[in-house]
Amino acid sequence: MKEQQKQETIPLNGDEAVALAAKQCDVDVVAAYPITPQTIIVEKFSEYVANGEVQTEFMCTESEHSAMTACLAAAATGARTFTASASAGLALMHEMLFVTSGFRAPVVMAVANRALSAPLNIHGDQSDSMAERDSGWIQLYVENAQEAYDSIIQAFKIGEDTGVSLPVIVGLDGFTISHTLENVTVLGDEAVKQFVGERQLPNVLTHEGKTVPFKLDPDNPMTMGPNALPNYYFEFKRQQEEGMRNAMKKIQEVNAEYAMLSGRSYGDGLVDKYNIDDAEIAIVVIGSTAGTLKVIVDQLRQEGVKAGVLRLRTFRPFPVEQLRNALKSVKTVAVMDKAMSFGGFGGALFNEIRNALYDAKEHPTIINYIFGLGGRDTNPRELRKIYDDLMQINKIGKVETPVRFLGLRE
Amino acid sequence: MSSKEKSWKEVSIAAVCSKSSIGFLTGDWKTYFPVRDIEKCTRCLTCVMFCPEGAIKWRPEASDIWFDFSFCKGCGICANECPTKAITMKLPRQDEGKGQ
Repeated sequence: MKEQQKQETIPLNGDEAVALAAKQCDVDVVAAYPITPQTIIVEKFSEYVANGEVQTEFMCTESEHSAMTACLAAAATGARTFTASASAGLALMHEMLFVTSGFRAPVVMAVANRALSAPLNIHGDQSDSMAERDSGWIQLYVENAQEAYDSIIQAFKIGEDTGVSLPVIVGLDGFTISHTLENVTVLGDEAVKQFVGERQLPNVLTHEGKTVPFKLDPDNPMTMGPNALPNYYFEFKRQQEEGMRNAMKKIQEVNAEYAMLSGRSYGDGLVDKYNIDDAEIAIVVIGSTAGTLKVIVDQLRQEGVKAGVLRLRTFRPFPVEQLRNALKSVKTVAVMDKAMSFGGFGGALFNEIRNALYDAKEHPTIINYIFGLGGRDTNPRELRKIYDDLMQINKIGKVETPVRFLGLRE
Repeated sequence: MSSKEKSWKEVSIAAVCSKSSIGFLTGDWKTYFPVRDIEKCTRCLTCVMFCPEGAIKWRPEASDIWFDFSFCKGCGICANECPTKAITMKLPRQDEGKGQ
């Protein structure tokens, strides 16, 4: 067991915390394009490069599509690779996100979650990375700047695991986390470097019949991600799915290992439970809103209401078993989606939570709140109102409107 | 499906090729063939350098080039780049068997 390391508490906003974590992870290549509210990450990292504080090849690309292409190519050579984006930038990467996961290139990307145009809006919601749900990237979402710092460090260790070999998105709510100054406790450079370690590579058989590390190397040439016709494409996709399944275990391991080093952990790494075990009513949410909800739960508990919060930290892979266990004795659940699935039956998270609980012997009544789109503020009074609604549903035993909009002018 | 084909547990990561693509003949994709006028050709090898498929090869014993039609896709870059206009692109029926 490792001893807990000496740490320092410094004021950082979420973006700065991400940049610092990437610096301490000793990344080889950063290719990025600035976009609000991610800009500070790229600016801060370019400062490290200009000051000679990092040994990183920093590429200023002409677009996000090129940034992701450069990252995937760098990762294919065995380099540790990092980038960051948001909103329209992430949307422009869309094609290359699938190529990156298909190449099994463990690029780590911070996404400062922001609304998508039109109408143009630079503020925070989770529409951008939710739209990349099926791109084959692991998706972690954080609650605050501290977790943003910790999760970037963990993301390299998760994605680069040879059984996983998948890229990782770390989502942090735009402005709420990205631009808000917080006290962040950080590890020393050496401690992070040791924790993350050198990038490990699985072995592959090349066309010359040699077993070599999986990387582009002139001495051992290989072709990655070539044409796969109908007789083989499906097998490679199933293999990618196995990487996701392995990630489920790896995320928990890394969360526990990091706790020994830093004293900080986030639930089991997958779900972060707050007063859930004996709760009768609960809210499931992703991101910074969980912070406010925890304060409200404390108030409700003082009033004798059995309320809880379940923050989903890992959205991909989706922790079905953990969610079932956490919510099995809750009577009524509200799922909050900070993204819209137009024409769908509620948001993506609502859909997946209800789906996960369908096979459970007993499952709660589940309703959906779409909230916070385009940075619409969600205040404690509105959040408290959700718990009131849940209590009311418990009392009357039926739901008339399963999908609702929170904080919208009717 | 043939039992010789590998399962998802057996295929290599990221579809890394365990066989060379040299056996995957792609020459039948073409519509036009390059046809060379041996009188005009100065063996400057510009076409060899420009061929994106490496399908124009140098034959040292004959001090001459040859087109490997197993891989030539008929793109016409050689004809476009040839400084003496010795190469023209033709439909196969017009010049069948006279590719060299």
